[in-house]
Amino acid sequence: MVKVCVPRDSSALSLGADEVAAAIAVEAVRRGAAVRVVRTSSRGLFWLEPLVEVETPAGRIGFGPVDAADVPGLFAAGFLGGGEHALGVGPVAEIPFLKRQERLTFARAGVTEPTSLVDYEAHGGLRGLRRALSMAPAAVVEEVVASGLRGRGGAAFPTGIKWRTVAAAEAPRKYVAVNADEGDSGTYSDRMVMEGDPFVLLEGMAIAGYATGASHGYVYVRSEYPHAIAALEEALAVLRAAGWYGADIQGSGFGFDAEVRVGAGAYICGEETAMLESIEGRRGMVRFKPPLPAIKGLFGMPTVVNNVVSLASVPVILDRGARFYADFGLGSSRGTLPIQLAGNVRRAGLVEKAFGVTLRELVEEYGGGTRSGRPLRALQVGGPLGAYFDSSLLDLPLDYEALARHRGMVGHGGIVVFDDTVDMAAQARYAMEFCAVESCGKCTPCRIGSTRAQELIDRILRGEDAPANHAQLLKLCDVMESASLCALGGMAPWPVLSALRYFPGDFGLPPATEAARVV
Amino acid sequence: MWSELRALRDEIDYGTPPRDGAPVTLTIDGVAVTVPAGSSVMLAAAEARRAVPKLCATDMLEAFGSCRVCLVEIEGRRGYPASCTTPVEPGMAVRTRSDRLQALRAGVMELYLSDFPAADIPGGWSELHEVIQATGVAQHPYGRGENHLDAPVDESNPYFLFDPAKCIVCSRCVRACEEVQGTFALTIEGRGFASKVAASQGQPFLDSECVSCGACVQACPTQSLVEKSLFVGGYRRADSP
Repeated sequence: MVKVCVPRDSSALSLGADEVAAAIAVEAVRRGAAVRVVRTSSRGLFWLEPLVEVETPAGRIGFGPVDAADVPGLFAAGFLGGGEHALGVGPVAEIPFLKRQERLTFARAGVTEPTSLVDYEAHGGLRGLRRALSMAPAAVVEEVVASGLRGRGGAAFPTGIKWRTVAAAEAPRKYVAVNADEGDSGTYSDRMVMEGDPFVLLEGMAIAGYATGASHGYVYVRSEYPHAIAALEEALAVLRAAGWYGADIQGSGFGFDAEVRVGAGAYICGEETAMLESIEGRRGMVRFKPPLPAIKGLFGMPTVVNNVVSLASVPVILDRGARFYADFGLGSSRGTLPIQLAGNVRRAGLVEKAFGVTLRELVEEYGGGTRSGRPLRALQVGGPLGAYFDSSLLDLPLDYEALARHRGMVGHGGIVVFDDTVDMAAQARYAMEFCAVESCGKCTPCRIGSTRAQELIDRILRGEDAPANHAQLLKLCDVMESASLCALGGMAPWPVLSALRYFPGDFGLPPATEAARVV
Repeated sequence: MWSELRALRDEIDYGTPPRDGAPVTLTIDGVAVTVPAGSSVMLAAAEARRAVPKLCATDMLEAFGSCRVCLVEIEGRRGYPASCTTPVEPGMAVRTRSDRLQALRAGVMELYLSDFPAADIPGGWSELHEVIQATGVAQHPYGRGENHLDAPVDESNPYFLFDPAKCIVCSRCVRACEEVQGTFALTIEGRGFASKVAASQGQPFLDSECVSCGACVQACPTQSLVEKSLFVGGYRRADSP
């Protein structure tokens, strides 16, 4: 019986993975070949999806991208024995894009069946939670503090410090709320965790609950992720049945359970306080802070609000120890970051690397340059509120402080690549329009300012009194940055200001002085 | 008539409701003031007679933090926290006036005025007009853009009317309906620039769950919600200058 793996990740499904899996099963029957088709998660090598992997004594041999029509040819070429074929990519683990990564959080990506607990445990699953349950809760918190893990959702707040605050708060109930409203353009690492390795997130949540004294969790998933929602529900049921979720986890006396809540299509609900409002059943509007959610969060109770990847990184920290995790990275950016390459890039996909990898390595060595083959002109790092950089900044290392020095941010780890045909003024306008569309409408700088900024950009682009409108746009961006209630209004000016800084010509404006380029 | 009405308004609006915690002493523009713990910086500033401009805040409602004209500077803290949502702390040193704060408040006021009837800016009496005076901002640089100036007036209620052209979406009416009256008849509909006050499911006030208590009219800082009896011969929008 030969094991053939076909991913069930939604990116693979969108490229016909279901049809490929069905074609393999049908062809196997037709040929009388003993084949077991297993639906695994995705490696995150999206340019190869659907990536079919055949288990051989020499490891898994990959073929991709496979179309259902290629299947008879693959059989004919003896792919079940790892035979030569035009779509062959050789041993998957040896593909340079994958081999040179440091996969800690995504160790099981593409390897396991997403909702098989046996598979999960066979590949290191539940070791973190087992160890946590053998420790005092406070020691678990300190382990996470010592790992240097910072929030991977974008705000980069130290995860352990947040847990410490919740653990210290006295309250009748506490919660763990997972922010899975992954709305940043060009990002998909949360989705890959939830679809491909849902147990690791749920394990991280249980550890957070144990460490902080929370008994109930919510996973707030965007409605655009139906496969993630289904995988989480399935995984929850499996964990409950196996006694890893519920009233008394493995006889430890610690009880924890969770439920999935589905968003309704608002980017702002990825802002932690708007998310809490939405979970409570209200309009997704931003709350002012203080009080911090760690003190007064969901239903007025102390709440751990963490991003999916942050929590999914916790089990490996507890399993291997804080020191192991902190040895990756540099300065105050510790551990690994799942970077998501997207846009005009030849090899789009997930690159989990220690902090410190340069943008050039990511885009050129991993990404293989632009998909169009034209020169790279710009990249946006950190989602729709992240700065646009020009190619002069490619040697920047990816770490929180280095990007901040250039008025950029790591954000949720998305990198979108543009070639030299891009109109950066149109991109800047698009970025501001995004803010105007997604503004919750609570605070004035964001509610009115985003619309006015869009109008000013339009006037500049039409050549209407460009110098005056440019000056007013800079003033308005300053008001939005300094006076908005949350990061949406406060950071919406970043893409616009960076586009003006690096690509003034696209707006019909004179070249920026060197002084304006250096920040 | 407006100046007589203005003279009647002599009580102080502290901006946020009173609290009863232990005394906390802080300084506002160098003036020491002692207020109960849990009070807002805004309340302490009013107590110190260094009132901060405000629009979405009023002491009959809990703080909301949306209008962003009450920003202050606090020694040792980054940025410009809203004084209405920032609780006092012992020894806190607050600055309510600076060129930087003036520039930010002016920037926010310009945004408000860019979606407010120009003919209603001079001479009016409302809290918005008090802030126009306090900040010295009576015009805006944005020209004509997207706006709500032609949104129809709702005159369905026999006692008050709602002119959405003058609404600054501060949610004071919505919060008064909830917190003062407990009726929950009002809400904000839509999001971003399209956010607007709506009665029940976007119905005329008279057809909605509104009980005509008037709490929203009292709470409105712009006379967007206003008593009909003030307009002899009926309500007419001011002509554009």
